Amino acid sequence: MPDPYETVIGLECHVELATQTKMFCGCRNAFGAPPNTNVCPVCLGHPGTLPVPNERAIEYTIRIGLALGCRIAPRSVFHRKNYFYPDMPKNFQISQYDLPLCVDGHLEVHVDGTSRRVGITRVHLEEDTGKTTHAGATGRIGGADYALEDYNRAGVPLVEVVSEPDMRSPEEARAYFTELRATLESLGVSDVRMEEGSLRCDANISVRPIGHSDLGTKVEIKNLNSIRSLYRALKFEEERHRMALALGQALIQETRHWDENGGVTTHGRSKEYAFDYRYFPEPDLSPIEPDPDWVEKLRAGLPELPAARRARLENEYRLDARQAALVGGSRDWAAFFEEAVGLGAEPKAVANWMTGDLAGLLNEARLELGAALVMPRHLSDLVALITSGEVSSAGAKSALAEAFATGAPIPQIVEEKGLRQVSDAGALEAIVDEVIAQNPGPVEQFRRGKDGAINALVGKVMKSTGGSANPSIAADLLRRKLSG
Amino acid sequence: MSELCDLTGQQLAQMLRTGEAGASEVTESVLGRIEALDTRLHAFLTVTADRARDQAAGIDARLRHGEALPAVAGIPLALKDVLVTRGITSTAGSKILEPYVPPYDCTPWARLQTAGSVLVGKTNCDEFAMGSSNENSAYGPVHNPWNLEAVPGGSSGGSAAAVASGEAVWALGTDTGGSVRQPAALCGVVGLKPTYGRISRFGLIAFASSLDHVGTLTRSVLDAATLLSAIAGHDPLDATSLPDEPEDYAQGLDRGVARLRVGVLEDWIAMEGVQPGVTDSVGAAVDRLGALGASVGAVSLPHAEYALSAYYLIAPAECSSNLARFDGVRYGLRVDGDATDVADMNFLTRGAGFGDEVKRRIMLGTYSLSAGYYDAYYGQAQKVRTLVIRDFDAAFERFDVLVAPTSPTTAFRLGERTEDPLAMYLSDIFTIPSDLSGTPAISIPCGVAPDGLPVGFQILGRLRDEATILRTAFALEQDLGLSARPPLLAELASEDA
Amino acid sequence: MPVEIDVEHVARLARLALTPEELERFRRQLGLILEHAEKVQEVAAEDVPPTASPIPRANLFRPDELRPGLSHDEAMSTAPAQEDGRFKVPRIVEEEDRP
Repeated sequence: MPDPYETVIGLECHVELATQTKMFCGCRNAFGAPPNTNVCPVCLGHPGTLPVPNERAIEYTIRIGLALGCRIAPRSVFHRKNYFYPDMPKNFQISQYDLPLCVDGHLEVHVDGTSRRVGITRVHLEEDTGKTTHAGATGRIGGADYALEDYNRAGVPLVEVVSEPDMRSPEEARAYFTELRATLESLGVSDVRMEEGSLRCDANISVRPIGHSDLGTKVEIKNLNSIRSLYRALKFEEERHRMALALGQALIQETRHWDENGGVTTHGRSKEYAFDYRYFPEPDLSPIEPDPDWVEKLRAGLPELPAARRARLENEYRLDARQAALVGGSRDWAAFFEEAVGLGAEPKAVANWMTGDLAGLLNEARLELGAALVMPRHLSDLVALITSGEVSSAGAKSALAEAFATGAPIPQIVEEKGLRQVSDAGALEAIVDEVIAQNPGPVEQFRRGKDGAINALVGKVMKSTGGSANPSIAADLLRRKLSG
Repeated sequence: MSELCDLTGQQLAQMLRTGEAGASEVTESVLGRIEALDTRLHAFLTVTADRARDQAAGIDARLRHGEALPAVAGIPLALKDVLVTRGITSTAGSKILEPYVPPYDCTPWARLQTAGSVLVGKTNCDEFAMGSSNENSAYGPVHNPWNLEAVPGGSSGGSAAAVASGEAVWALGTDTGGSVRQPAALCGVVGLKPTYGRISRFGLIAFASSLDHVGTLTRSVLDAATLLSAIAGHDPLDATSLPDEPEDYAQGLDRGVARLRVGVLEDWIAMEGVQPGVTDSVGAAVDRLGALGASVGAVSLPHAEYALSAYYLIAPAECSSNLARFDGVRYGLRVDGDATDVADMNFLTRGAGFGDEVKRRIMLGTYSLSAGYYDAYYGQAQKVRTLVIRDFDAAFERFDVLVAPTSPTTAFRLGERTEDPLAMYLSDIFTIPSDLSGTPAISIPCGVAPDGLPVGFQILGRLRDEATILRTAFALEQDLGLSARPPLLAELASEDA
Repeated sequence: MPVEIDVEHVARLARLALTPEELERFRRQLGLILEHAEKVQEVAAEDVPPTASPIPRANLFRPDELRPGLSHDEAMSTAPAQEDGRFKVPRIVEEEDRP
């Protein structure tokens, strides 16, 4: 039965830029410092202070816009967005309104072999707020007695990327977000760590009957702290909307919160409570008119972006799309892969090891590739040893785990753990003869045409050699002797 | 009557150089005058006597070593309390900053301090620089040294009264709608508002960002030029500060006004509400310029009649945003007695901490920026601003400077206009246009009206052309040779005798 | 004609706690002031660009370089209340206030 409903999703992402200093003052821009130690009169909003924009932040924003296929505005203006909140030192945020730095971009998003172009409405630059801790009583906002403010983060440059409502499923939204993250990562403009807050995301979702041109009731979802939360929240919300439509129940336009533990969204605030931000151009700042030559230089200097990288890995190394997507998922992975291949290892084998065992070890240890002790040399050595038959695949897995734990060179590990396979046919011959002599049953079955019987015989050879025989050499030997 | 504290900065600097007087002596003279007068004038909110003495002693030590010092070294200075000073309470004339001790210095003071200036105190002002009489101060009004029942003008009333009465040799004030020039006129001193961006605004507690200017209050035009030279210049901490190379504004002051093209804003002089005493004094001064060789003609600024209205939309809008930071969270007053949550605390703190005029302007600004009203009010006002700028540009095609009264009246009585905000706003009608355009303007005393109060003469110049208005002012000042002082000082001298 | 202003709404936006007397007084005074300020609408200015700043310039930036800030103690020296090195405020009744 065809789906009677269509889901419409848009994402609003905030990216903290990895500049050395804050957006409007020379304070250090760093995560994790003791509270209120990276502050000055400007970012604390003391009376009399004035903002002066960070040129690198503007450069990074333009590069993000270029990487996302945007048009760079010839004239862009900072506006004040006025509202009261204790984490905002001035009780206004310097942001952008109707003249953002970058507009009209797009991102190609692939899900299960299909691809969609998701429009990007705008990319603009603003300043981040401080961090609030709710304290006393339950420690959660609903039951707090008081709050504590740390302004280390206040004034950090923040880029907002707003997509068109072009996504049609939570899978597409997840893919868009993943691709956006990979793109930002390849530009080197941000740490893009959701767990540290340097990449944040709010989603807008509505559902409408197929064929309707009007959008359904739009709901905003906040508090999405991971890609997994993003996906789960959208799945939940999509289902909630579909149920409501199917049952003829009304949905209200609102902001909802994703509750990770409960696996549900909960009502936050009605959207009818519209904020009057009283935007006006920031009088302490001049407009930005990026020099066209400078913009072209930035465009020419863009690094290889994820889509291009994936395509290149597919073509140059004959990887399939899935492998290329995983290995090409970040600069680190791609660089690791290419270095291993450069040391002489066969590309598809390296890719398999990376996307299989190595990825598993990293996940379990919650480590990034860059922090692991495993080096490209480890993989290239392993692949070489497997190809030559010196190590079995089981032995190789074990060697990799050891290398992951200690970083020791593969040859050394193989020696120390006795992982060397016996592949020399001569050395195995005596054992093979013995096994044939001692196992008439499987031998008889094999001679009668049951090819699978060879496995039992191979198993005996393996047992006899304590696992160090090369099983395919053993199988060859057995076949030769039994067919003769 | 001339005690040390009554001399000009230039005269005192000369005496320090020759050794005729020491910095400590000069400072004691000023501190003594403050002690004698300030219970009557209330020009100061904070007197930094010990600090001043230390600074003066330091200067004396350097002079003894034969060091050549900058022109401002050792000269007692007062700073309007909207200019932040590290470690010294800075209130902006408001209760909401009563406990505020800034952790940093404003750039103008930082520069003067490095040059050896001696700070005697922070002066009283209208709250957050909003006012034209200094009656909006949360700490009580300032009294005009010329007549204690009269206002000194505002919002830099404290700085003007201090300079006029010898309680400081010179002072810094700020001018957003006329708040340096108008009190200068009402107190009989020289008030200079330079080009927008000429003096850094870093550390100036913001009222209206695109209109705020730091300015000087001095007893002579030469002093104004000297003080300006010491603090002007690009500041990397103020993105709106001019990038121009440093200039010595005292150079060329005496070039005279021969063949200078002077445009007289005659419709301003003839405007209803201008006091006859003002018209006469200003008219006489115009005649003197002609006699000195200037070529004098009539000029008008057609959109100036809308300038007041535009100002009262732009300034409150910007101030409503600039003053949002005063919320009891990070500094200043906090009122949280009955507060159920932080928003409540914001409401209570701001309700208790701000005076009426400030509340009015915040609300006016909030309204004119709010949804649906922006285009008709703030947006339209910024267009009128463009037209005022164009008027100035056109006038400066034909003339080098424009002249007019600074204020329609001499100093009015305390309490006279406090019930009628609109009447109060009209005090600034001649000064506001050059705040909108950012062009420089200076007020110098040009006489005393029959009511015994001083009259100010305003000279307006092209953008960045402080040099021409200063030399015009200098020429007139020298020619007029005014020596009238507030009668209070003569009384003081006879009290001492 | 004095302009009618919803002073309660404006005071709420501006976080000003006002007494009924103040609200009434300000309603009256602001109405008169705005009536006067509305004079700007008499000026035909459709094609006139607005002036945001008297000195029109562009691209005023600073390099991405560290500048000494305040020490922790200096930063906290003005705090009306603090705990654990952070500025302390009464509880935040959240979502109504945070866009």
